[in-house]
Amino acid sequence: MPVVSMTVNGKSASADVEARTLLVQFIREQLGLTGTHVGCDTSQCGACVVHVDGRAVKSCTMLAAQADGADIVTIEGLAKNGELHPVQAAFREHHGLQCGFCTPGMIMTAVDMIRRKPDLDEETVREELEGNICRCTGYHNIVKAILAASREMR
Amino acid sequence: MYQFNYERPKTLADAEALLGKADDPKILAGGQTLIPTLKQRLAMPSDVIDIGGIGELDFIRAEGDAVMIGAATRHATVAQSADVKKHNPALAALAGSIGDPAVRHMGTLGGSIANNDPAADYPAACLGLDAKIHTTRRLIEADEFFKGMFETALQDGEIVKEVTFPHPEKAAYMKFPNPASRYAMVGVFVSRGPWGVRVAVTGAGQNGVFRIAEMEEALAKNWSPDAVANIKVPATGLNSDLHGTAEYRAHLVTVMAKRAVAAAG
Ligand SMILES: Cc1cc2nc3c(=O)[nH]c(=O)nc-3n(C[C@H](O)[C@H](O)[C@H](O)COP(=O)(O)OP(=O)(O)OC[C@H]3O[C@@H](n4cnc5c(N)ncnc54)[C@H](O)[C@@H]3O)c2cc1C
Ligand code: FES
Ligand code: FES
Repeated sequence: MPVVSMTVNGKSASADVEARTLLVQFIREQLGLTGTHVGCDTSQCGACVVHVDGRAVKSCTMLAAQADGADIVTIEGLAKNGELHPVQAAFREHHGLQCGFCTPGMIMTAVDMIRRKPDLDEETVREELEGNICRCTGYHNIVKAILAASREMR
Repeated sequence: MYQFNYERPKTLADAEALLGKADDPKILAGGQTLIPTLKQRLAMPSDVIDIGGIGELDFIRAEGDAVMIGAATRHATVAQSADVKKHNPALAALAGSIGDPAVRHMGTLGGSIANNDPAADYPAACLGLDAKIHTTRRLIEADEFFKGMFETALQDGEIVKEVTFPHPEKAAYMKFPNPASRYAMVGVFVSRGPWGVRVAVTGAGQNGVFRIAEMEEALAKNWSPDAVANIKVPATGLNSDLHGTAEYRAHLVTVMAKRAVAAAG
C-alpha cells in the first residue's frame, strides 16, 4: 500500500492507504474533514472541489496517491482566525445557499475563479460554474455572492 | 473501484519499463476519464501507471511553423498559453471549452486523444489541423490515428509523447454542446493552411471524428460560409440518442460548419 503525504490546510498529513483511495476519501475518512462533500459518482456535480497546489479540482476524480507531496486546501482551510473568507461571508450575506450541500464546492470553485479572473462579470461566473450543480438555489444568489466577493477582493 | 498496483514513474523510460512488466496495465494521465471508469468498475487494470509526474511530457513549444504540445499538458495550460493563443487561437479556444474549470485543471491532451471519445473536442482539432502525433514508438498522422469509437492506432504499452500542430492561416471550432454534459453534440473544426482546407467533425459520427471532403473542396474554391451552406451530410452512420436524432445531428453539422467558417474570417 502506498504511503501518501501531503499538506492539508497547512498541516502535514500522512497515511498508508490502498492505491484505489480517492483524494476525497482520504480527506473525509482519514483526516475527518467532512466539509468536502460527495454529490455524484459521475464527476459532474463539483461538491467535492478542493484546491490542489492552488488549482480547483474534483477530489472524487483524483487518487490520493496522485496528490502525494501536494499542498491541499479544503473548505475548512479558508476561514482565518475565526473570520470567514470574503467568499464565505458573501454567500451568507447574499443567501447563496439553501440546503448547503453544494456550498463547499461552490465556494472553493469561486475562490479559484476569482484568483484567475479578478474582473468577473455575470456571464463569466455562470460559465465558470459549469462543473458545479446546485439543486436548490437556481444559482441566482450564488452568482450574486461571487460577484460581490470578487468586487470586495479587488 | 477494484484493487490495483499504483506507480508514478519520473521518466518516460521508467514508464515504458513498468508498462512492459505489468500484466494488464493502464496509463493514468489526468484521470478525468479513467477514474470515473474505474469507479464504475468498467475497467480492472492490474497496474495503474501514472504519467502525471513525468516532466518531459508537460511542455508547450512554438518552433518554426508549428506548436508542439506535450501529451501530459493540461487543457487549462493550453487554453492560457501565449504561444498557442498567438499562433493557433482556435486551438486555445477549443481547449478552454472542454468540460469545466476543474476538469481542465486535470485533463490532458494525450489522455483525450488516446481515449478518442466520439464526442471529444481534441480529436477534431488534430484531424482539422493535420496534426502529427508522436509516440514512444513512431509518428502517426492524425488521419491514421483515430480508428473508431474509443479506438486509436495506439498499441499496448505505446505512450503518446507530443502532438505537433502546424500553424493555420485561418481556423475555428464551433461546438454545439450537450446542455447537460458539455460534450459536443456536434463540433466542427475548419482550417486553411499549407495542407489546404480541412473540415473535421466530432460528436456526430458513430465511428468518431471524420472529415467532409465535399465541404473541403467547396471551401478550397470559395472560403465563405455560403460555400458550405447547402452541403448536407447524410444521416447514415451518425449518432442517434435521447439528445438528438441522426437527422438532427446531420443538420447541425452544416450549421456548425457555416458558423465555423464565419468565425475563422
Ligand atoms: C465532467 C466532465 C466533462 C468533460 N467534458 C469534456 C468535453 O466537453 N470535451 C472533451 O473533449 N472532453 C471532456 N471530458 C473528458 C476530459 O477532457 C478528459 O480529461 C480526457 O478525455 C481524458 O484525459 P485525461 O488526461 O483525463 O486522461 P485519463 O482519464 O487519465 O486517461 C484516458 C485514457 O487515455 C489513456 N492515456 C492517457 N494518456 C495517455 C498517453 N499519453 N498515451 C497513451 N495513452 C494515454 C489512458 O490509459 C486512458 O485509457 C470531460 C470529463 C469530465 C469528467
Ligand atoms: S462528487 Fe465529485 S463531482 Fe460530484
Ligand atoms: S444549496 Fe442545496 S444543493 Fe445547492
